[in-house]
Amino acid sequence: MATNVLASVASSGGLGCHFENAGDPCGFPAPGAEIFQFESVLTFHIGAIDFHITKVSFVVILSVILVVGFFLYAFRRPRLVPKGAQNVGEVGYLFIRDGVAREIIGKEGDKFVPFLFSFFFLIWIMNFMGILPFAQIPATSIFAIPVAFALIVYLTWVPLGIYKQGGWQFFKAMMFPPGVPWPMYFLLTPIELISNLIVRPFTHAVRLFANMFAGHLLIATFSVAAYYLLSATVIGIIGSVASLGVAIALTGFEILIQALQAYIFTLLAAVYISGALHAEH
Amino acid sequence: MFTLIASGEEAAPSVLAVPVDELVVGLLAFIIVFGALGWIALPKIRKALAARTDAIEGGMKRAEEAQAEAQRSRDEYQQALAAAREEAASIRTQAQADRAAIVEEARSEARAAAAAVTASAEAQMAAERSQATAQLQREIGEVAITLSSKIVGQSLSDDARVRTTVDDFLASLESLAAQREAGH
Repeated sequence: MATNVLASVASSGGLGCHFENAGDPCGFPAPGAEIFQFESVLTFHIGAIDFHITKVSFVVILSVILVVGFFLYAFRRPRLVPKGAQNVGEVGYLFIRDGVAREIIGKEGDKFVPFLFSFFFLIWIMNFMGILPFAQIPATSIFAIPVAFALIVYLTWVPLGIYKQGGWQFFKAMMFPPGVPWPMYFLLTPIELISNLIVRPFTHAVRLFANMFAGHLLIATFSVAAYYLLSATVIGIIGSVASLGVAIALTGFEILIQALQAYIFTLLAAVYISGALHAEH
Repeated sequence: MFTLIASGEEAAPSVLAVPVDELVVGLLAFIIVFGALGWIALPKIRKALAARTDAIEGGMKRAEEAQAEAQRSRDEYQQALAAAREEAASIRTQAQADRAAIVEEARSEARAAAAAVTASAEAQMAAERSQATAQLQREIGEVAITLSSKIVGQSLSDDARVRTTVDDFLASLESLAAQREAGH
């Protein structure tokens, strides 16, 4: 938070603004959407696309380097009897292989382990960037990032389903869920079609985005509050310390949420792939 | 590091906006991670895990084979033992039968020998008896002649008539004895 939250406080005219400022009390500079906007440090064009390199870009690059670097290092020369980094990496690998791929998809799940593994660890580390000092922005709280990921998942399971089940069969299974009296299809078919093909990728992205966005906003709010309430009065000290305590507690809670959301995103990706591989009836 | 100042002055774009450049950054990030992990790191660990599974399962299989081998040789040993016991029992039975046969044979031989001894003794006794009888007859004849001569008072020894009489007498004695024997 440090830099950008303080910056946002400054930008909203709140820096130096405290609750019980002598003579001139000012309003609470609540952080808002602007703490997710960053000035670009470099702008260039590739084709028709303007690239703005911002702090988020660096956070994304750092996440990629950390994930790729760690696993290339951990699995550089795998031993039969693992030790050190390989042990840690193997726990992650077996978690995705046994806990997600084989559990959800089944026997064919092994083919999708690299796909799910990459998602889980990239998202987890990107989420973790929210509490890494100096980074302190979860890359996944920038909506375009979860959208990119959800898009990849969507562009994987839809063609996979068409390829595995055949185009008509794939959409038929989606539109006409079995075990329903036929007049219900007038109601169900549009709902199922919209829910599977349009709402599903959207919620897939929004679920991750909104969790990380809200978590970051909460930590920022209480951090700002700790600063805002700080003054040489009893109420000021109590309020400031309490806010700081809440911010720290929320940071701990975020650690849990970061892993959980990465897991949920990966789990849903596995569920969608599984549905594409085997029709639901 | 980088001075970052939120663009508060401008109308902040919606947090749900999806700028193309950020989308591309997200796509590239995943593609790089997926490429590096999917092509380089994960195949290695997959192979290592497969090799480990193989080593463990191979070891277990080998142990199972060794156990089966041990079981088999134990069975063989027990079979051999049972066969040996059976053979010993049959040998013992055979020996007992042999012993009984040998004893029986010896007993019958002894019985035969005893019978032969008895028979030869009886034959000898019969021969001695007939010899004694013959001698007795002769001596009785001589005694009778001697006694008769003494009683008549004259020598009868040279007389042909006397000798004939004695012989007749003896013959009648013999026939009498034969009759007696036949009567028995």
